[in-house]
Amino acid sequence: MIKKTKKVPDSRGHFGRYGGRFVPETLIPALAELEETYKKLKKDKTFQQELDLLRNNYIGRPTPLYFAKNLTERVGGAKIYLKREDLCHTGAHKINNAIGQTLLAKKMGKTRVIAETGAGQHGVATATGAALVGLECEIYMGTDDMKRQSLNVFRMRLLGAKVTEVPTGSRTLKDAINEALRDWTTNVRHTHYVLGTVFGPHPYPAMVRDFQSVIGTEARKQILRAEGKLPDCLIACVGGGSNSIGLFCAFLKDKIKMIGVEAGGLGIESGKHAARFAGGSLGVFQGCMSYLLQDGDGNVLGTHSVSAGLDYASIGPEHCYLKDLKAIEYTYATDDEALKAFDLLSRTEGITPALESAHAIAETVNVAEKMPVDAIIIVNLSGRGDKDVMEVARIKGIEL
Amino acid sequence: MKKIANVFKQLRKAGKKAFIPYIMAGDPSLDDTKRFVAELEQGGADIIELGVPFSDPLADGPTIQRASERALAQGVTLRKVLALVEDIRNDSRIPLVLMTYYNPVFKYGIEAFVREAVRIGVSGVIIPDLIPDEAGDLIGYAKKYGLDTIFLLAPTSTEKRVKIVARSSTGFIYYVSITGITGAKLQLDSTMESTLSLIKKHSRKPVAIGFGISSPEKAAAVARLADGVIVGSAVVKLISEGKDIRAFARAVKEVI
Repeated sequence: MIKKTKKVPDSRGHFGRYGGRFVPETLIPALAELEETYKKLKKDKTFQQELDLLRNNYIGRPTPLYFAKNLTERVGGAKIYLKREDLCHTGAHKINNAIGQTLLAKKMGKTRVIAETGAGQHGVATATGAALVGLECEIYMGTDDMKRQSLNVFRMRLLGAKVTEVPTGSRTLKDAINEALRDWTTNVRHTHYVLGTVFGPHPYPAMVRDFQSVIGTEARKQILRAEGKLPDCLIACVGGGSNSIGLFCAFLKDKIKMIGVEAGGLGIESGKHAARFAGGSLGVFQGCMSYLLQDGDGNVLGTHSVSAGLDYASIGPEHCYLKDLKAIEYTYATDDEALKAFDLLSRTEGITPALESAHAIAETVNVAEKMPVDAIIIVNLSGRGDKDVMEVARIKGIEL
Repeated sequence: MKKIANVFKQLRKAGKKAFIPYIMAGDPSLDDTKRFVAELEQGGADIIELGVPFSDPLADGPTIQRASERALAQGVTLRKVLALVEDIRNDSRIPLVLMTYYNPVFKYGIEAFVREAVRIGVSGVIIPDLIPDEAGDLIGYAKKYGLDTIFLLAPTSTEKRVKIVARSSTGFIYYVSITGITGAKLQLDSTMESTLSLIKKHSRKPVAIGFGISSPEKAAAVARLADGVIVGSAVVKLISEGKDIRAFARAVKEVI
């Protein structure tokens, strides 16, 4: 077993055997510049104050830690708390990272930012950050995702961003990332790539984690205030893995049970899913070494999930590292389970979760009912479900 | 077969530059690729790059992306490309360099790949998403079995990067002419000359220039600055249009 005391990532961006920097040489100087600037600004009081001010007055932090009494009673087990990232400005945790990175881009003297988006939440968040700090913005999005998240496409355009359709490959998130990387390779001198999750080449996995760690830092304080003790279990959905790492990293030293929930799609046997740990193997993809859904020849497999934000073939390298350490357990929820949880939370609590977050709710129900009533679970409610209403109606066969 | 370093040495003596065309293996079929290799060699190619198709070619522009999709649709894999090279070796000794993304090699097994590549007569490998800093295993096995590792430099490269890449490259150094992807528009500016002189300051290894070189005229212009010229998208495009690549190769070779 790997020693947990080691600081990760190391100076070259490795989390044990995972992570690293696997991109064209053209981008290496830009990544080095980003790493240097970020290292400096992390310790820069003015930058941190500026960021804190925006967190409080613009994003709306701290977000509440809400005791979901009705859901707790319905399930009949552990007390369920929801970390309300859905109440962040723009409707999801993605803004925590996007504001940090657009501010960083401005400090580096870049005039333009680009981003990929799956569910559209990161695209909206980046377009928002760009509008706020005054940067040109272009968002890449797969054709299929543009269809199922048309509301967010329009939101991005309202915010002044150019949304570029990616009709190649599987026409989802991974293809949007390919196109964003191609754009960045071409325009690297004046453009910053706002990667939306704890993935890609170093320093992104560590930097995005740091920007999202505010979730866990707040939740830890909030639960101690509310309950006078730490929770027994943390649950979050895992696409690239930024909302989950954001919540989990503040509790890593506490040896609490933590569960990451991947997209089980139509079930693992069907092959139509995005459960990298259940169905993937070690590989190198889009900038880092990690678990990857791939065929025997190393080509990346198509994925499926009802939630565009979890529909991705690989997973953040730090997750692989923490899985090896047995610090986090990983499971999956299927499309059907997520859709049921979507309804359940809407009806019991009056909160419609994003389909991504609904995966975490589905697992929470399973786990909570087996735990004693004095146990505590914190679930990261990473986003709100407004964006998914049309798609859920379509799945239910209801014409709006 | 001939060693890449020797090819450059002989050309240098004759005052000539290397012409290195790129084609996607299996586009439109592996049999066609075998024929194209022969045609390019007849046209005067000195080294040929064989692209290995990959599901997510993030360093490539639309022309090579589509070629990659066509090859994948034919079921072409790294394994099949290696078998193709073995077959080509019955007829030709021209140095063949595989251009592949890293994951297919990683999945194949790095040592197994290098050993097999050398056994069947591959001369070198270019992996656009693998920098020397992450290539310790590959470089080690390549040294052990005798495979050239060709790494890339770009207009954005700093002196520090030039040193690292020049030191790790064998056969030749691949200079990417533009900040961009394959098939983009070439820009001849002072950055190219200054980066090239930086490379020459740190290494005596041959340098070949690629990306965006779409015509014999452009090939002639960049050939003056380096030891070789790589033409990819333009050749792939000719193939997709059913045009004569032998004549194109001749036209390039004549002017460099």
